[in-house]
Amino acid sequence: MSIEPTSPEGANLGAPAQVPSSPQKGMFGITGTGDVSGFGGLVRPRHEVVGTPKPYGGYFDEVTDALEEAYPGFADAIEKVVVDRDELTLHIVPERLAEVAQIMRDDESLRFELCSSVSGVDYLNSDARRLHVTYHLASMTYRRRVRLEVAVPVGGSVPTVTSVYPTADWQERETYDMFGVIFTGHPNLTRVLMPDDWEGHPQRKDYPLGGVPVEYKGAEIPPPDQRRVYQ
Amino acid sequence: MTQSGYASERETTEGRVFTVTGGDWDTVTGSIDPLSNEKIVVNMGPQHPSTHGVLRLVLELEGETVTEVRPVVGYLHTGIEKNLEYRNWTQGTTFVTRADYLAPLFNEAGYCLAVEKLLGITDQITERANTIRVLFMELNRISSHLVWLATTGMELGAISMMLYGFREREYILDIFEETSGLRMNHAYFRPGGVAQDVPESAIKKIRDFLVYLPKKLKEYEDMLSGQIIWQERTKGVAVLDVTGCLAMGVTGPVLRASGLAWDLRKTMPYCGYEDYEFDVPTATTADVWGRYQVRLAEIRESLKIVEQALDRLRPGPIFVADKKIAWPAQLAVGLDGMGNSLEHVAKIMGQSMESLIHHFKLVTEGFRVPPGQVYVAIEHPRGELGVHAVSDGGTHPYRVHMRDPSFVNLQAIPAMAEGALLADVIAGGASLDPVMGGCDR
Repeated sequence: MSIEPTSPEGANLGAPAQVPSSPQKGMFGITGTGDVSGFGGLVRPRHEVVGTPKPYGGYFDEVTDALEEAYPGFADAIEKVVVDRDELTLHIVPERLAEVAQIMRDDESLRFELCSSVSGVDYLNSDARRLHVTYHLASMTYRRRVRLEVAVPVGGSVPTVTSVYPTADWQERETYDMFGVIFTGHPNLTRVLMPDDWEGHPQRKDYPLGGVPVEYKGAEIPPPDQRRVYQ
Repeated sequence: MTQSGYASERETTEGRVFTVTGGDWDTVTGSIDPLSNEKIVVNMGPQHPSTHGVLRLVLELEGETVTEVRPVVGYLHTGIEKNLEYRNWTQGTTFVTRADYLAPLFNEAGYCLAVEKLLGITDQITERANTIRVLFMELNRISSHLVWLATTGMELGAISMMLYGFREREYILDIFEETSGLRMNHAYFRPGGVAQDVPESAIKKIRDFLVYLPKKLKEYEDMLSGQIIWQERTKGVAVLDVTGCLAMGVTGPVLRASGLAWDLRKTMPYCGYEDYEFDVPTATTADVWGRYQVRLAEIRESLKIVEQALDRLRPGPIFVADKKIAWPAQLAVGLDGMGNSLEHVAKIMGQSMESLIHHFKLVTEGFRVPPGQVYVAIEHPRGELGVHAVSDGGTHPYRVHMRDPSFVNLQAIPAMAEGALLADVIAGGASLDPVMGGCDR
């Protein structure tokens, strides 16, 4: 079954999305004459994710070296290696994800037996590949953690890792449900948290939160995504 | 998109209308010869007392043997992760605490540890704050396991256990209420520390509880363990070995009951758990009985930790020293719950304008968190609770994902129940201790 990407996702439901623009401008989420604070001209740039140069420190060097040794396609498959806040992230070419996961699990010196968590992040307005999927792997043998991250455009697909980590089944379904990332080869890629006939993918940044204004003691409080907020 | 097979739809002036007919039901039943084929499909839940909330199981039965189980979740999805993105970092605790409502303090702890890691203030958390966190998490673990004992007892026919379990849990909820002002959904842990100090009256209650519970626990163990029905319903039922657990991502007591002593408090310690003395109970039977044994032992281990934490509790600050992050108000529990203490209100309204400005800025705007992402995992009563938090450098979370153990563990129901009897689905499902609030978030 081929699933064609539908767009714009969720734009036909409720209020228009209050999307933080990038680079983020202003401070209160409003533009024009409404802002009398003088902070309307503030610009907050989006930060690039840059690769970390070797040595990475800790066990990170051992992990990357072991993977490089065990996986001949390392140079092609790994886009960049990022070490931040004592966590190792391997950015991977989406098509190679399942291969890398297989080696991460099976290689003697890697042994990431448990796929702890799968989640998605929508980096709206970053570049075309705005949807990121992260896999948090844990090695019980060595007591280590590593994060695999892939980035795909809207309508893009990622090979499933369910054949390597069956536990990713529901978690990939959740990521599909919430972000619309298609996991090719997944045994049962259906919605898991939202109703089956739901339109759009709610965790995307251009999907509105929704809500209705509430009246309290005569004053009307707008729904949370339309309130004036500090950004 | 193709037309969905089960519900036709048409547009009306009021919006889209779905027509659910179930019209193919006659063809389905008509094509089955009742003499040669006894296969029936039973829909269990979402409103069923033994599904711990709103879990739906679609069971395919041949006689009393289950040939296929399909768990259906999502009935309690409340969009907690999405809502977080529209509030500031501190307000986030108020949301995450409502996910797994039997272990609210663990949700808060996981979230707060993730925010603190993003801020880079993990080692600035004061000793007293860490000790209070450990103390309350362990009390919460006990209360969660007591509810497990209560509900599982009820589902397997021991109704009195249900009453006892909930009664003892009430003691712990009283302690929580004394401290945070609320029985559940406390929002007590905050990024940077805890909302307010533990009053002496609560300490006294905890001390009393430490004397009270072990005696009661022994009674309950005597009541259940020797019971022939309890043994028949739990021993050798819903077996899942270590390989199965790891493949399905099952952690917590279920994994430990299959023999692997994997407890994040020991293997990847946080909040200073490495300084406490406790054992990680395991069993080797990998069945419901083993999980029961492990949970009982865990309650006892938690009591040990609570006692040590009480002894370690030294006077000191409960929030980080950084005034740009620490909540400006000294909170207090009043008649109507927790709020700003009267002294603090008097100070900002009457004496110090700078304090008022500072309070206003920090409460309305919140603090900024440097951009980046972290993953923090803690040992929840049901397994690994992971929080993946992403910041774009603003005052709101950019994305927070909770890897809830209930969600992941529920995947294992088919592996445990297929091929067994219908009654064992109940026992197996209960032994996973799923909480749908956490599962569906």
